[in-house]
Amino acid sequence: MDKILVGLKRVVDYNVRVRVRHDGSGVDTDGVKMSINPFDEIALEEALRIKESVNATEVIVISVGSSAAQQQLRTGLAMGADRAILVEVDEELDPLSCARVFKAIIDREKVDLVLLGKQAIDNDNSQTGQMLAAIWDRPQATFASEIVFDGDKARVTREVDIGLETIEIDLPAVITADLRLNEPRYVKLPDIMKAKKKTLEEIPLADLGIELGPAIKATAFEAPAERQRGIMVDDVAGLIAALKDKGLL
Amino acid sequence: MSKILIIAEHDGSVINPSTAKTIACAAEINGGEIVVAVFASSAASIAAEASQIDSVARVLTIERPENAHALAAVLAPQVAALAAGYSHVFGPSTTFGKDLLPRVAALLGVNQISDIMSVTSSHTFQRSIYAGNAVITVEAPADYVVVATVRTASYREAGSGNSAPIEAADATVEVPDYTRFVELKSGKTDRPDLQTAAKVVSGGRALASAENFDILYKLAEKLGAGVGASRAAVDAGYVPNEMQVGQTGKIIAPDLYMAIGISGAIQHLTGIKDAGTIVAINKDGEAPIFEVADIGLVGDLFKIVPELTDALP
Repeated sequence: MDKILVGLKRVVDYNVRVRVRHDGSGVDTDGVKMSINPFDEIALEEALRIKESVNATEVIVISVGSSAAQQQLRTGLAMGADRAILVEVDEELDPLSCARVFKAIIDREKVDLVLLGKQAIDNDNSQTGQMLAAIWDRPQATFASEIVFDGDKARVTREVDIGLETIEIDLPAVITADLRLNEPRYVKLPDIMKAKKKTLEEIPLADLGIELGPAIKATAFEAPAERQRGIMVDDVAGLIAALKDKGLL
Repeated sequence: MSKILIIAEHDGSVINPSTAKTIACAAEINGGEIVVAVFASSAASIAAEASQIDSVARVLTIERPENAHALAAVLAPQVAALAAGYSHVFGPSTTFGKDLLPRVAALLGVNQISDIMSVTSSHTFQRSIYAGNAVITVEAPADYVVVATVRTASYREAGSGNSAPIEAADATVEVPDYTRFVELKSGKTDRPDLQTAAKVVSGGRALASAENFDILYKLAEKLGAGVGASRAAVDAGYVPNEMQVGQTGKIIAPDLYMAIGISGAIQHLTGIKDAGTIVAINKDGEAPIFEVADIGLVGDLFKIVPELTDALP
């Protein structure tokens, strides 16, 4: 197999409870912990395992974002990726533009497989992988929980609403990772040192000459309606009485 | 005037309730004409069901052997071709719609709106981000088709009593054969479907084993409830993936949700925030689930659940 491209998005850490700014202008992300999108981390882990098992030539991690995303790319390199590409842009790119960025990079490299997370936990969109597959005119296997390669084909098991669906796809293809695809490895200190020597190429977005948008505008941010704490009951009899009271039994 | 194309979700013979929920969302767009498209190898029974859903003006069937299974790569070029002349293309935010609609949007050269919670106007919608920690209003550009998925937990199924005309639509678009269906493994049970059940009983890591979930199945049977689970319980292998409720699992809105042995991580809570009544049973009185529960009971689930099951008629 030729190269595997893995997208790593810098997002607010999984454990941070994000709040809407009082003036409704956005969410407050100042000074909060940032991490690799957890699904992207699973995608990278899978890419590293695939590289070992079917001798892929190289695992390239890519991020589209500000220079701060170098931090997440370095973590990806420490996990075992061979090199990194940062496509630099200060504002957050919409998913379609992001897919076009990936496509531009695919056109420069010989990529057989693109692995992405099934969604980013900030915007919860779940779009970029499918969009990339569309404009690349290649197969997509979203929400993957198992990938088995057979020459230039892959059998992918997908977590769908009614169970597990298996599809067969020809390579090259885009696969998006679900939670149970694997458990990502922990990064060890010597690997972090080694990662500092690996190549991290920075490409200004403008150099790729891609078309942007049309973007969907966010015009207002609100805190969600909060549920109120209800009553506590002491025992099963109390629970049944409370349920009857609400007409649920 | 808006002309809205809805992509029906079905299993090859029966329409999925997510379709009528998507139609309910589309019906909130003032003066919109709603057309339902059924892509199938044999569409008659599905189209007949779709034609009965209120607000539907027409049902289009696109029958070809390649449409026997809902493969995004196969359906997307057909949807994109059919979308000419429409102002909107909507699908449910289920794994079917989430797989397909972004691919359609990219073929049409537009971005997509995921998980519409409410309609403000024909091009302005609300959706949630950050696992439900924020609600944003989004505005799609005026001169482009609006491609979107609808958060099914935010809508009740549109009513039934219509008899919209059914027509066969042109199906001659070339489709790729680089994606092939192999098999579907479904842990189908007699229990009500998790996504549409009026009552749901859900278990967490505290159940401690697959066998222990039996006490929840028994309770669910008495209540006529569907059964769900937290991510922790699915990761631990106690139950299959299709039972996961939360940000990355199913987002549901039953009248009654019983969270049993679930601590209530924000990622789980985002999957149930539209539930009517939330009951929490947990041995840890400090568990975050009690912050959102309408009725809380602190104690040992292994005693409480069988006692509750026995006490129910």
